[in-house]
Amino acid sequence: MLGGRQSRRLGSPASRAAFEFGIGVSCLTLDYLSEHWPQVLQLTLDHLELASIAVGLALLTAVPLGILTSRFRTLTLPVLGLLGALYTVPSLAFLAFLIPSQGLGRRPAIVMLATYAQIFLVRNIVAGLRGVDAPTLEAARGVGMTDWQVFYQVRWPLALPVVLAGIRTAFVTTLSLATVSAWINAGGLGSLLFTGISRDNPPQILAGAIAIVALTLLAATALRLVERETAVARAARAARRG
Amino acid sequence: MLLGPSGCGKTTLLKLVNRLYEPTRGRITVDGTDIHALPAPALRRRIGYVIQQSGLFPHMRISENIGIVPTLLKWDKARIATRVDELLDLVGLPPADYRRRYPAQLSGGEQQRVGLARALAADPSTLLMDEPFGAVDAITRTRLQDELRQIHTRFRQTVLFVTHDIEEAVRLADEIVVMREGRVVQFATPMRIVMEPVDSFVANLVGANDVLRRLSLVSVSEVLTPLAGPVGPVEPRLQRAARLRDALGALLESGADRVVVIDDDARPLGTVDLGVIQRAGTRSGAGWPAEPAVGFSGQQGSV
Ligand SMILES: Nc1ncnc2c1ncn2[C@@H]1O[C@H](COP(=O)(O)OP(=O)(O)OP(=O)(O)O)[C@@H](O)[C@H]1O
Ligand SMILES: [Mg+2]
Repeated sequence: MLGGRQSRRLGSPASRAAFEFGIGVSCLTLDYLSEHWPQVLQLTLDHLELASIAVGLALLTAVPLGILTSRFRTLTLPVLGLLGALYTVPSLAFLAFLIPSQGLGRRPAIVMLATYAQIFLVRNIVAGLRGVDAPTLEAARGVGMTDWQVFYQVRWPLALPVVLAGIRTAFVTTLSLATVSAWINAGGLGSLLFTGISRDNPPQILAGAIAIVALTLLAATALRLVERETAVARAARAARRG
Repeated sequence: MLLGPSGCGKTTLLKLVNRLYEPTRGRITVDGTDIHALPAPALRRRIGYVIQQSGLFPHMRISENIGIVPTLLKWDKARIATRVDELLDLVGLPPADYRRRYPAQLSGGEQQRVGLARALAADPSTLLMDEPFGAVDAITRTRLQDELRQIHTRFRQTVLFVTHDIEEAVRLADEIVVMREGRVVQFATPMRIVMEPVDSFVANLVGANDVLRRLSLVSVSEVLTPLAGPVGPVEPRLQRAARLRDALGALLESGADRVVVIDDDARPLGTVDLGVIQRAGTRSGAGWPAEPAVGFSGQQGSV
């Protein structure tokens, strides 16, 4: 009993070793970051660029697809079902599958990331557009808006918070998935992980992981700030203030 | 004024007029022109529409909500801003306070007023109002009704007004359409509806079998005897908007033979005595020529 408690406080030899190893790696990671920060920064920017291009391109297909799906109920199950199924394909398998047609580098990575992002984007666009209150839409027609005006003056702005939340989810997911694409030489922070693993260099792996987490948190925060600026969010804030 | 029980088709009738619903047969004209002569959005911009439960756009400020039809009509910004302030004043909401708010920052009654202002924005000659004052308390409702009446006196729009509330119908209507299960059962002036309901359904709806109720629906100015000779200083006076029920009360209270009906400048217009009240109270004895109920058979509903 007493021995057990003591050993927990002092740590078993194994956990003590792990602890010291942890301290050691942490220090070495800091060393690594201070020594290689220009390179880590460059990789972070590459990573961000890769994810941005992927999500940007993903939006080009997701917006029309989402709008179409929101209008025609029969499309819901096939479209969301298909995109959901695509998302379950393991990323390495997906990349391997793309190599024959797309080769190595950023292109196949972007195709993969944009495909995975579809489900988050389309799902939220559909939910957002459908979620707009029917009487509000009828009021919009009632005051004399054309179909197009109803869409861009009422339906779209009211759906925007849900759409933007979808973009945020898609972006965060893409940032983490983009790590894998270093495997086919698409660059980004994943390359720190892969070289770290192949050279058995824990500080480098940890540095890459830290950079990915920091980038993801930063991006999510930035997107949340954008979401605060929608008309709906502004109206909600005003209502809370009274 | 459209009156009838829930689900009888009042809202449907309004939406037929601004083409939110399309009729399967029949023709509807507004100001003498077929509503299909214009594209639906253009038609709707010319017809003010006040929606059951306000229907404001939650993401737009009050000024944008009120200015929506002028914006669609591409008025210039300065003109829209002036018009918005004018309308806020008209419905009794100080522009400086309310312009920049969002609908969620307004009470239900204030939202309904904004809904009214929005409908009036582009000076439509026709207004569709679907229970515009349904969501407010009795006191606010009376005030809004008075505001509407003033607006109507000034601008003389054609108003199609939906209500469940017989008191509201009588207070505001020139003519009342009583509907039941999608049909018009009676179309007549408020007084006729109350005094000569075509059947027991209308009688029940307006409470025509209750004598005091009936008296409270008839205004003294509608039945007064034109003045013959001078009026005594002690005879009770009533404003012309007062009801026969008020006249009866005044007679019983004062012990006088008649009440004098006066106009806004306190000039006597005529008198009401017990005999008049009695004739009005005994439904059949009212003595107005019977008017056939107008069927709404679907060929035409001219607004
Ligand atoms: N979109 C619709 N599709 C099919 N039936 C409808 C639709 N909207 C309303 N109805 C039906 O049409 C009838 C008339 O509805 P309407 O909304 O015109 O009633 P209302 O007289 O305005 O009632 P309330 O006083 O409760 O507002 C009702 O029986 C209703 O169930
Ligand atoms: Mg209705």
